[in-house]
Order: sequence, then C-alpha cells, then structure tokens
Amino acid sequence: MIRRIARWFDSRLHLAQPAREALNHVFPDHWSFMLGEIALYSFVVLIITGSFLAMFFNGSTADVIYHGPYRALHGVHMSAAYQSVLHLCFGVPAGLLIRQMHHWAALIFIGAIVVHIARIFFTGAFRRPREINWWIGLTLLVLALSNGYFGYSILGDLLSGAGLRIGYSMVLSIPIIGPWLSFLFFGGRVPVDVTIPRMYGLHIFAVPAAISVLLALHLGIIWRQKHTNRPGPGRTDHTITGSRVWPTYTAKSIGLFFLVFAVIAALGALVQIDPVWTYGPYDPIAILPGAQPDWYLAWVEGAMRLFPGVNIYLGSYLVPELFFPGILFPVLFFIVLYLYPFFDRLITHDNQPHHVLRHPYEQPFQTALGCAVFMFLFVLFVAAGDDVIAVASGASVVTIRLILRILIFVAPAVTGIIVYGLCILARHRHARGLERALESAAAEGRLISGENEVTQ
Amino acid sequence: MSEGERKGAWLLMVFALGWRMIAGRSRKSLRARSEADAEAARIQEFHLPSGRDADTKTQAVTSGRERWGTLLVACSLIAAIAAGIGFLFIYWTDGGNKLLGGTLALSFAGFGIALVLWSHFLMAYKEATEPLEPLPSPEKDRQTAADDFRAGARDVKRRSLLKFMTVAGAGVFAAMFVSLLRSFGAPIGPALYQIVWRRGQRLMTADNKPVSIHSLRPGDSVTVFPEGSIGDEHAQTVLVRVQERFLRLPADRVDWAPMGYLAYSRVCTHAGCPVGMFESQTNLLLCPCHQSTFNVLTGATPTGGPAARPLPQLPLYADDEGLLRAAGRFSATPGPGFWGIQ
Repeated sequence: MIRRIARWFDSRLHLAQPAREALNHVFPDHWSFMLGEIALYSFVVLIITGSFLAMFFNGSTADVIYHGPYRALHGVHMSAAYQSVLHLCFGVPAGLLIRQMHHWAALIFIGAIVVHIARIFFTGAFRRPREINWWIGLTLLVLALSNGYFGYSILGDLLSGAGLRIGYSMVLSIPIIGPWLSFLFFGGRVPVDVTIPRMYGLHIFAVPAAISVLLALHLGIIWRQKHTNRPGPGRTDHTITGSRVWPTYTAKSIGLFFLVFAVIAALGALVQIDPVWTYGPYDPIAILPGAQPDWYLAWVEGAMRLFPGVNIYLGSYLVPELFFPGILFPVLFFIVLYLYPFFDRLITHDNQPHHVLRHPYEQPFQTALGCAVFMFLFVLFVAAGDDVIAVASGASVVTIRLILRILIFVAPAVTGIIVYGLCILARHRHARGLERALESAAAEGRLISGENEVTQ
Repeated sequence: MSEGERKGAWLLMVFALGWRMIAGRSRKSLRARSEADAEAARIQEFHLPSGRDADTKTQAVTSGRERWGTLLVACSLIAAIAAGIGFLFIYWTDGGNKLLGGTLALSFAGFGIALVLWSHFLMAYKEATEPLEPLPSPEKDRQTAADDFRAGARDVKRRSLLKFMTVAGAGVFAAMFVSLLRSFGAPIGPALYQIVWRRGQRLMTADNKPVSIHSLRPGDSVTVFPEGSIGDEHAQTVLVRVQERFLRLPADRVDWAPMGYLAYSRVCTHAGCPVGMFESQTNLLLCPCHQSTFNVLTGATPTGGPAARPLPQLPLYADDEGLLRAAGRFSATPGPGFWGIQ
C-alpha cells in the first residue's frame, strides 16, 4: 500500500532521490538541539488552539450587559470581546482548557526561543555560515513577543486594558514621531474602540503569517546547512554526527511533539493562567493593584520601574522618562543582538566557517558577557515584581527599589567576573587533561603522528 | 510574572527534573549498548553485507532488552489509549477542566513516551556520520551563473528609459501602499490637547452628585469628573482634602485649594495608569502600576518612582452654595508625556 502511494507520488514529482537523502539526513542527538523543536511544536499547539479560540472570540468593543453563567458579573457592562471570552470559559465545552493551553503554549513558545537563543549564543552556533538563521531567529523572537502582547491585550479585561494604556504611552513617548506613530498604531488616544479589532487582526493573521514564513525559512536553512556538531572526539568541520531521520530521529521528534503537547495540556488543566473573569471588564477609572505583565515582557517593565524619574528637554521639547527604559533600551538591546556576529568576529579575529561548536569556556569573555547580560535581565525581571515582593516581604517598595538599583550594576559585574574565572579554570583543566591523555597515549605507543583523534 | 506563571514554572521544573532522571539513566545504558553493538558489529563484519540493514540483523539476535522495550512501549500505548477514551468520556459528559485536560495530557504523554521508548529500545541505534558539503559553490558554477545573469541583464541595461520608468513605477507602487496607512491613523493635533475642564464646571462624583465643601474630611479622597463628562477617562480627577495649614503650594497656586481641597489629574504622567491610591498619613498619591508617588501638599510633585512630571493641578473655588467648581483648566496637559507636550 505504502509502496503504491510512494510510486504514485514519485511518478508525478520525481521524489526517490530527494526522499532517500531526506531519510538519511543526520541530526545531532544532544538534548540542547531540541530546544528549537520545543519552540516549533509549541507554535503548532498555538495554531491548533488559536484556530479553536478564533471561532468563538468576538473582537468588538460594543457595550453589552452580561447575563451568562458566571454569576459574579451578572448585569455588568462590558465589551462584546470580554463577553465572548467569558462565554468561551464558561459556556463552551473544553473552551477554558483550550484557552489556558493557548496561553501556556505562548509562554512556553517564547521561553523555548529564549533558551534556544542562549544555547546558540554560548556555543557560538551563530558564527559563519549561520548568521542568517541568527537574524531570522531574533526576528522570530521579536514577532513572538509582540504577538504575545497583542494576544493578551484584546480580551477586554481590566488587566489587558492597563497593558494597552502602558503600551500606548510607551509608543507616545518616542521623540518627534511618537504621537503620530501611537495614533497610527492604536487608532487614536487609548482607550479607543478601534484598537482591539486591529490587534486581533494582527494577532491572528499578520503576525502568525510572518512567523510561519520565517519559520519555514529558518528550517529550510538549517536543513540546507545541516546542524552543528558538539565538540568531541571525531567531530570535524566537514562532517555531521548523530541519528538519521529515519527511523530514530522521526520517532524521537514526533515523540517530543506529543510530550510538548502533553505538558501544555497538563499546565492548561492544572494551573490557572490569566483568569480574566476575576479581573472584571476594562474600566478606565479602575486599576488592578499588583498587576504584572506576562513573564517575557517583565524585563521591560522592570526597566521602567528602576529608571529614575528625570525630566529631559531638548530645547522646549520633552523626551519623556518612559522613552529610555521602555523604547530605547529594548531597541538597543535587539540591535546589539542582531550585530553580535560582527562583534564576535572582531573579538576572535575569526571569519572561518565553523560546524563544530565551541565550549563556552573557550571564549571566556563572551561567556562572561552573556552571563552578565542574563543577570542584568534577571534583576530587571525581579524589579518588575517589586510591589509584589514588597507585599510578601513586608519591606517598603522604596527600600526594595534601592537594593535593586544597586544590584542592577553590581550583580552583572560580579556574575561576569565569576564566570570569567570559571572559564579560565575550565580551560586550564581541559588543557591538563589533554596533556595527560597525550602522555598516556605516547606511553602506550598509540600516538602515531601529530595529527590524532585526541586533538578535540 | 503572575501567580499562575510562578506555579507553572514550578511544575515545568518538576517535569524537566523527572525527564532528566529517566533520560539520564537510559542514556547511560544506551552508551553501553552502542559500545556492545560496535563490538558485535566488529565480530560479524566479515559475515554480513555492509549497509544499514546489517544493524537490524544484529539486533534480531539481541536479548531481553528488546522484550522489555516492547513491553514498555505497549504499556505506554495502552495508557495513551485508555486516557484518550477517558478524555472522550469526560468531554461528552461535560466534565471539569482538570479531568479533561489531565486525560488529554496523559494520552499525549503516553504516545510521546511510547515513541521515545520505541526509538531508544527497538531501533538500531547507530551513530551516523555524514559529510557536510562545502558551502561556497565551486568557482566554475559561480562564474557560469554570473555569465547567465549578465547575458540577460544586457537586454535590460540597454533600454535605460524603460528602466527608469520601471523604477519610477515601483516608487509609485510603494507610495500607494504606504499611503494606505492613512486609513489607520486618527488626526493627532486636537485630541492630544483635548481640554477636559472649563472654568465654572462643577465637580461631580462617578454617581453624578456634585461635591460641596462639606463632602470630605481632611484625609479623604474621591474621584471626580467635569459636569456632563462622567466616566471620561482623560478628565478623571482625584479630589483630596488636607488640613490647610500643611499646604506648601507654589506661590501662584495659593488660592487653588479652598479649605484644603486639592484636585489633580488622575492619569499618571508616567505611563497613563489611573493614580488610584491616596495615603492620608503621608499625603501621597500612589500609582499602582509602577509605584510613582506624588506629594499633594506641594502640587503633586513626584517624590518617588519613575514619574518625572507632577500631576497637573485643577484650580478650584467654592460657589455661593458651597459647591466646588473648576476655576480654570489643568495646570498642564494631563496624561503621559510626549514630544511637544505643553
């Protein structure tokens, strides 16, 4: 049967040779190569659950009065969007599960991308010839972050309303073009009725389409260039080692898809996420204390909280305090990430193509820098919850903010120095181990010439 | 990071740890097996044809491991099917979210684990190595491609007028597309400076009642709106009363606060959140979004947090009936800052 189907396709598409090559394609075995796959499969879950949700969500701000099964909001004025979310949660079989899975899949999608990028960064996988995929990957991260924001902004609850206002204020703060740009993007002075339909369109169509295209490119390029090798005995810049697509890799990868799906389903079932019915509908007068953005935006939120309130005027024109931490900082951060392959070339004086990864300790400076940046982001992440920490610890927000303002400089510096030291230590230990191996090999008479397998 | 995210992160860590324990153990045995396989292959090398089929034949001889593998895979598949049937039952009987998602998760986990175990136990594991083709094309290929391109380009280059017009056409196309953005924007000018208070307007509470000089005691606060604009998010104003002797307003504002009544824009100058809290002990207004604080005694000047500009103040007076009215506009444009704010 399979044979007949295969022949049917082959006689139309001339597939035998490419199919054979595909079946024998080699993928590396190490778990760190599966992080990108986790992101990919979370995206698949996002598309499946998102399609389900789109059938029920109504992206409209029309004013309605609620009379559904959720008693606590009976008779309350709300937007049609929020009402449709309540209906989805309480009136549609499996609706709540699918909605929570969608939110969890988004959180895991971005988490997996971040860890994936960290892996690429620390092992030098972005080096020639893989710069293009580094840039595509960063663009995917930017798109994923924005779509996460659009997604939780359209629900019409109190929390998302606050998020929209803050987002609007951030765009508004851009010098010269800010007012124009914020009106272009949000459709006017937030809150306005056109914002939600617009973000809904971006969230379910434009951004996912862009992500799909770039994802296809990303995968096409990795298929063409093939994966990198982890450093180890027998690994060279001319070969790739691992399991073949058929059958080992196929089984493992599809297995991973099911496991990712299972974890997301378990989270959607067991851990409540974004319970919008407890926040109530958006009301421009009301505000939710202890409000927090989703985790992947916390670094910007934290920067906004730690940045001092300074009035800066250029002539008679104001550059609002929000601009520096809210817009300038993330934009600069991503520009640095995009340009990183060039910095790496400057540091290492190495523009050769590489297919064997480097151990993080082989580049102490880069590894220390990367860890310091992660520590910096972590302090910002903590700062985004300074009010929550204040409530939990009993200390005042002022004290906690002071400590964090000190830590934001000290912690990355200390981290960088420690990591640098550890890298140097690891390098020495590795060199000693290599010497010993060479000595013992020479003693046993296994060492034939200078070129030997032990070199890695 | 919300409470849900924190809980989820813990759960994820538990999953990862569990997986690591299982996978770590199986990886050790896998490594041992691949060494044993290599040994076996070396012995049988002379008897078997080379190629991938050779491995499956050696595997056929191997032992209890395969039986164990089959058993484990079968168990996972049975669990997956059972959980799937459970899901169907719970879904059709409108069961709770936890059971529904739990069975779904178990079913998928069963399939996933079955596939992973299958690949670990029952597939010939052989580390494969493949050559990478050098990425730059051979110089000859590059040259021929370039020649072909140049041959075609000659026909384009010669007709420079047409080329110019094509570029101009592309420019017009771009202008057409970019112009469509106009449909999305709203006119900026007046909306950003919209005047929300006028002299003489009464201060109304959210339930549309006027506020008099007897409405609040020192230390109290209430949200007010201009008469006729109840609920307007840009006009929302916080009215507080303090003891007059504590006031330290700038010299030009001394008559803005009759009987210790102070009115400030309730839209934070930092990121536009409602400044929702008043601490009467410290006379501070607090924005719950980013914890900016403003001292009401000195004209809502920022005393902490990220806000840099004071909340615009609304001058007040009490009319003959003792009702509070606006004596003019806000002292500045309310809301978050922007280029060109006044």
